[in-house]
Amino acid sequence: MLEKALKGEPRYWAWVVFLLVVIGAGFGAYLVQYTEGLTITGMSRDVTWGFYIAQFTFLVGVAASAVMLVLPYYLHHYKAFGRITILGEFLAISAVTMCLLFIIVDLGRPMRLMNVLLHPTPNSILFWDMVVLNGYLFINLFVGWAALGAERKELPPPKWTKPLIYLSIPWAVSIHTVTAFLYAGLPGRGFWLTAIMAPRFLASAFAAGPAVLIMLALLVKKLTKFDAGKEAIESLAKIITYAIILHLFFFFLEVFTVAYSAIPGHLSHLQYLYFGLHGHPSNVMPLMWLALCCGFTSIALLIVPKWRQNHKILLPAVILVFICTWIDKGIGMISGGFVPNPLHEITEYAPTGLELMITFGVYAVGALVLTILYKTAITVKQYKELT
Amino acid sequence: MMGVNRRDFLRIAGLTAAIGMGGKTAFDLLWPGQLDAAEGGVEGWWKSKTPENPLFPGDMAPGNEVPNPAELTAKRWGMALDMRKFTAATRAAVVKACNQVHNVPAIPGNQNIKWIWETSFEHAFPDLAQEYMDNEVHDLPFLVLCNHCDNPPCVRVCPTKATFRRADGIVMMDMHRCIGCRFCMAACPFGSRSFNFADPRKFFPDGKEPNPTYPTRTKGVVEKCTFCTERLAKGELPACVEVSGGAMLFGDMADSGSPVRQALRTRYAIRRKNELGTAPQVYYLI
Ligand code: SF4
Ligand code: SF4
Repeated sequence: MLEKALKGEPRYWAWVVFLLVVIGAGFGAYLVQYTEGLTITGMSRDVTWGFYIAQFTFLVGVAASAVMLVLPYYLHHYKAFGRITILGEFLAISAVTMCLLFIIVDLGRPMRLMNVLLHPTPNSILFWDMVVLNGYLFINLFVGWAALGAERKELPPPKWTKPLIYLSIPWAVSIHTVTAFLYAGLPGRGFWLTAIMAPRFLASAFAAGPAVLIMLALLVKKLTKFDAGKEAIESLAKIITYAIILHLFFFFLEVFTVAYSAIPGHLSHLQYLYFGLHGHPSNVMPLMWLALCCGFTSIALLIVPKWRQNHKILLPAVILVFICTWIDKGIGMISGGFVPNPLHEITEYAPTGLELMITFGVYAVGALVLTILYKTAITVKQYKELT
Repeated sequence: MMGVNRRDFLRIAGLTAAIGMGGKTAFDLLWPGQLDAAEGGVEGWWKSKTPENPLFPGDMAPGNEVPNPAELTAKRWGMALDMRKFTAATRAAVVKACNQVHNVPAIPGNQNIKWIWETSFEHAFPDLAQEYMDNEVHDLPFLVLCNHCDNPPCVRVCPTKATFRRADGIVMMDMHRCIGCRFCMAACPFGSRSFNFADPRKFFPDGKEPNPTYPTRTKGVVEKCTFCTERLAKGELPACVEVSGGAMLFGDMADSGSPVRQALRTRYAIRRKNELGTAPQVYYLI
């Protein structure tokens, strides 16, 4: 089937070449990091995780959100998702690929990665994260590929995929829960030490993932005339509306507990993010407020059924959802967690140019994987419809 | 009995180097020798004994070490800092001794490496600081270092057992196993750990490590205070304790006659972030 990705218009190839160039630049930047060490990043002794781990966290959510399609489609036989589910599954594959790459580029000694498997350590959440992420990647590869292959031959998906599909539902929840546990189980990091972490992660993921999917579906429709279906988009928009409201609600719960109890070890992080600490304004302050504004505006746009059914409003609304959730996990999570440090000192973090290049490189790999998978899927589906 | 002496160190080093590499790779060809300083002459890792007991991750398996009759041993090592005895000169001497003995480089900026360093009371004990404190205590600089916690979160989170707790309570690092994920740094609530963002050897004055008998680290691994396991193995007290002029006490917490336990019986002592339950084994006598 993959040969379908080898035939395309010049526009398709131009896009692929563009991605390859970005990947090349990112790889070049990574070679510098590999020789010089992580010193080329903006991370420090106090802020020891940065952009890479933040992107990783965000993308785990995007990957997990495929469950929002798989569950209605396979479990409730919701037919409207028939055309878009494969797009969701393939988005998950691309997202998990990026997650794994972000972990690798973050390691100080990437050549020793296999130590995690050679010395399996069940008491480490990172070990479990590796297990569930790789498992999820394979489940989606098998299920997505088998479904598409069957569709080409105009057969129902093979029987053996059924249990895998059912397994993928709790599995999707597990990848983001385990990722939240990476943070939520650490003593002395007040910002992360909260049981709402996993639910909040899931809520924001179920908003962010479908938001990305709507953007992609609208783009695909424009470029290829492959229409995911009006009803599918509308249902997704409904899911996003619930999820973004839940996300902000959970955020409010966190703010209440922290602010009303006013325990400094927890409060100082939120203070730093939104107001600055000890007269020291934080460099992420404007972004944090922007995220909140985007979140609330998107709710206003999405909550009225008439508006969200209009693609001219839906598209900006989902972009706002994306910005809100991306800043929340991609920026606030890390800065908020590490500043102030355990000694209550402030060391700020900002990514460097090379760090951003590597980040874009990884995103380009994800985009390439996604392009190839989507090209294959859409060619198969359109061919089927033409005959 | 537990000391990782140099021979052991090299053996474990070679062992983990072999595991970590898994064959020649493109990177290896591009950067010969970049992988590990201690490659070569490696016995098959599958044949050699694992360095730790699988039942108690992190504990060295008995019979793996070369016994040294002079070695200092304990059930659980602990330390006490007598804040009344510290002077500026003592503090400086202590920090300097540690840095020299362990080849801790002086890296400018915030990607630095610290094993033991000076900080204020508010930073060392953010939860105990209050407005109307005893001036003397408030203005006193405190030395902080890894607490060798009895319930160490850094060990709990490490995905490779590169950070492990020895049977004598010392929380140790295997620099040749660490993958540099820095999970342990997020987990340590005391900021005791440092990451080698760059090759530390670049920062030694005239490019030579101060102490050639102690291994230097590579870039990409985490490090911290080890309670001087290499000195205990030779029958010597930790370097800081030795130069502290009696301001730092070191001993077996399980032995009621040990200097630390004796001091704790009569003096009021505090520990950093007691409420987190990591059970620090570094006590501050006020
Ligand atoms: S002080 Fe930090 S590094 Fe040292 S044992 Fe405790 S948690 Fe681990
Ligand atoms: S950085 Fe090294 S020691 Fe720390 S958790 Fe990761 S592998 Fe373990």
